[in-house]
Amino acid sequence: MSVVTLTIDNQQVTVPAGTTVLEAARKAGVNIPTLCYLKGINEVGSCRICVVEANKSIQTACVHPVSEGMVVRTNTKRVRELRKGIFELIIANHNADCTICARNLNCELQRLGKELGVETTPYLKSYPEEEEIVSPTIVRDNSRCINCGRCVRVCDKVQEAGVLAFNGRSDKMFVSTFYDAPLEELSCINCGQCIVNCPVGALKEKDQTAEVWAVLNDPAKYVIVQTAPAVRAALGEEFGMPIGTPVTGKMAAALRRLGFKKVFDTDFAADVTIMEEGTELLGRVEKGGVLPMITSCSPGWIKFCEHNYPDLLDNLSTCKSPQNMMGALLKSHYAEMAGINPDDIVVVSVMPCTAKKFEVGREELEVDGRRDVDISITTRELAKMIKQADIDFTKLPDEKFDEFYGDSTGAAVIFGVTGGVMEAALRTLADILSGKDLQNVEYHDVRGLEGVREAEIEVKEGLKLKVALAHGGSNIKKLMDQVRSGKAPYHFIEVMACPGGCIMGGGQPIVSDQVRSEIDVAVERAKALYSEDEKAAEYRKSHQNPSVKRLYDEYLKEPNGHLSHKLLHTHYQKRG
Amino acid sequence: MEQVRYITEWFGRYDGQNIDDYIKLGGFETVRQLADRGIEATVAIIAESGLQGRGGAAYPTGIKLTQAREAIGERKFVVCNADEGEPGTFKDRELLKQNIYQVIEGMIVAGICSDAKEGIIYIREEYTWQHEAINDAIRQCRDRKVLGENVLGTGYAFDIRLFSGAGAYVCGEGFALCESLEGKPGRPRTKPPFVKQAGYLRLPTLVINTETLSAIASILRKGADSFKAYGTEISTGTKVISISGKVNKPGVYEIPFGLTISEIIDGFGGGMKDGSKGYFVQIGGASGGLLPVGMWNTRYTYEGLEAVGLSVGSGAIVVADETNDLRDYLKVIGEFFLHESCGKCTPCREGNRQLHFVLNNLAAGTADAADLKRYDSIMNVMKGGSLCGSGKTEVVPFLTARKYFPEAFRLEEAN
Repeated sequence: MSVVTLTIDNQQVTVPAGTTVLEAARKAGVNIPTLCYLKGINEVGSCRICVVEANKSIQTACVHPVSEGMVVRTNTKRVRELRKGIFELIIANHNADCTICARNLNCELQRLGKELGVETTPYLKSYPEEEEIVSPTIVRDNSRCINCGRCVRVCDKVQEAGVLAFNGRSDKMFVSTFYDAPLEELSCINCGQCIVNCPVGALKEKDQTAEVWAVLNDPAKYVIVQTAPAVRAALGEEFGMPIGTPVTGKMAAALRRLGFKKVFDTDFAADVTIMEEGTELLGRVEKGGVLPMITSCSPGWIKFCEHNYPDLLDNLSTCKSPQNMMGALLKSHYAEMAGINPDDIVVVSVMPCTAKKFEVGREELEVDGRRDVDISITTRELAKMIKQADIDFTKLPDEKFDEFYGDSTGAAVIFGVTGGVMEAALRTLADILSGKDLQNVEYHDVRGLEGVREAEIEVKEGLKLKVALAHGGSNIKKLMDQVRSGKAPYHFIEVMACPGGCIMGGGQPIVSDQVRSEIDVAVERAKALYSEDEKAAEYRKSHQNPSVKRLYDEYLKEPNGHLSHKLLHTHYQKRG
Repeated sequence: MEQVRYITEWFGRYDGQNIDDYIKLGGFETVRQLADRGIEATVAIIAESGLQGRGGAAYPTGIKLTQAREAIGERKFVVCNADEGEPGTFKDRELLKQNIYQVIEGMIVAGICSDAKEGIIYIREEYTWQHEAINDAIRQCRDRKVLGENVLGTGYAFDIRLFSGAGAYVCGEGFALCESLEGKPGRPRTKPPFVKQAGYLRLPTLVINTETLSAIASILRKGADSFKAYGTEISTGTKVISISGKVNKPGVYEIPFGLTISEIIDGFGGGMKDGSKGYFVQIGGASGGLLPVGMWNTRYTYEGLEAVGLSVGSGAIVVADETNDLRDYLKVIGEFFLHESCGKCTPCREGNRQLHFVLNNLAAGTADAADLKRYDSIMNVMKGGSLCGSGKTEVVPFLTARKYFPEAFRLEEAN
């Protein structure tokens, strides 16, 4: 590989040819501010804030390639004045009422203002009237949008949903959709990747914290909370804890202090999912059902499939997602067990996901006229509630989930990372098929962050299970095109809509591009989940969860049985 | 003053449409000569002539052809830039209307010299009325084997199609033009890579102005020396200009480089309209500079204009007289750019938005010192920070106005 040596602020740096000035500077520890830049995704040089002098001419560092002997200066008077001038122009067109913005204290523009030392803009404030455009999951506000295009490119390039686009030009240009149609009328999968990639507060989830507070304050309601695996891997970030810190115990403690009657773990339902989905897979393999079977836990993926691969709906597992299995069980089995009128129960889920809000509202996801889940909030919304309650999160003791529906295994907690559902399924399938309690439970072949992965796993002598995984829309399309062509040799496929899986979901704490350039957030959050799995020394396989066993023994009787079908399985719809 | 008939030599010599008439005049001879002369010798003639890109960038055409030849790609393209979006510019319209075959001839030569087999005429949306005639000319060329698999029996393959823009000014910019050709909104890309390396479909693309192509054919026909006989040492040859505004005879004229602005107005424009007194000219399009009447002795050459902060640009000369208000004029230019900025980069999008407020105040006589400060800051950010040439050069009229017309920026007593 050919290399190039250049100097950046009098430091000599050697980097591979083709490197941008920005990446070279980052390598040299020189900070260059960015705004529209997202490595590998949005490298368009449109905001211009990263201007530097390269061989005395002004260039945008994020797109300008290095050359041999290049002399880069990142902080000359000319550069500083230009950056300030650009920032002043951006801020004039930005609704900067920071104190009442969802992104207050976690905004890349706000940070940039502080960094540049700009305290005023000489320009007339001129931005679109504040107007929240609300879909069932995502709220847009163009008064805060700075037209950086990160959301547009993530939607198009990473997720390949292609829902967002720039409309108009010049001062009339704005981020919008096809013919400015509402998101819910388009093939938006509600993944929320636009939100977590927005540098400012132009995009956020539909906030339902007020609804949760309202039911918590209603003495007639029995409010139960369930939390998805990935939430515990990231919630701490909202309280200044290092990325990758698992906060399961503190989260349980916080939820109890918020006033939830029962603090349960969606992990329980993840174990149930393995029972149901594993059984379904074996049934399809044995009886010649539709293969490959594809997981159905990710509501972003489900909608993606309904829009883009309606011909593959029969490949989807009929299992509801763990969130909805949990809700259906709480309002049936748990209500009966605890002697509570199911109509008094309100199930609130805390999810790393914005698509869960949409899933909760899917009309088919109810049993006997009772919604499986009543309100779904994101990790960010939970953090907001904890802050609203003035709970000092970092000082909370570690508490446990409540019994039975808070019981789970190491297999369940890894559901939150790409490869996790697959690994959990393999742990159980291998035991069932071999009739043994296998000691090796870690399937490293299915781990990792590669976009599309495949593996062949011997689950018993003579039976190799061919599996594949994909996460993130563009990767999913690669794999699904193969399935559609009939050339996919797999038995089982795990799909998660967000790149990295739920740990990187659209409802997770937002990490700035600057931090992301230093820390691989997905790797760190995944470590948190794997560490929780390893800590669960006693039970690391779903079928060994004693409470799940009891659930089947005393209530459901058998996986895929009559009651399971009523409570835990669903169907899908073709969408254009 | 008599027009030069160099590039426009055959204007009026045939109906501009019948290919046989064009061939009878000696048309397409340079293509046949190219086969004998060879590519290098052909490009050398162009380089020797000193021809510079006539779209506004004034890049030496000889070098441009050489670089186009060196670019590597599965497919290569020659795009005739007939977007002609600079306000006050209408010379390409005449080159297309009166002698389309000479433009095609230039394209074929450029195609062969740069090893491109596909040519595209990118025409501005407002010239829809010319589509039929141009498509008809292309058809006639194919019928006569002037275009196709074996151009005039030379063994070279080259074909041309017509593509209409959708009306955006910025599509005259190379990358925006490529995006537009790809069916996308016309928004420039960052460089490098350059259009010549990765333009249309990310393949090597030679984007070249209509007049430059037309000049290539003329120069090859008549020799580099004949071209250099006109103009100055740096600004060789002739320029097809568009004169409009307060003159008696607005129109398209071919002139030699080196005349003064006054000579052009009097000699070709027929003098100031109804004998009115001159105030200023804008040279080179909306992004061209303003020159007060007191400086009309400036020579119309690349070097002469550069010395006073202006450029030849597209060849537009818009003339204003004393009844015109410079502040109104600036406001109108500002409105044009506000309408035409593609919106991609901050300096141009937000700069124009803010400039609009300032220009409104200025025109209304309500501007204050803070407005002027904004004006200067915007110019600085746009000039230094814009993504493409459009944003960077848009400041020229505003900067030259500030420099040469202090009276227009004198604040009213009341303020």
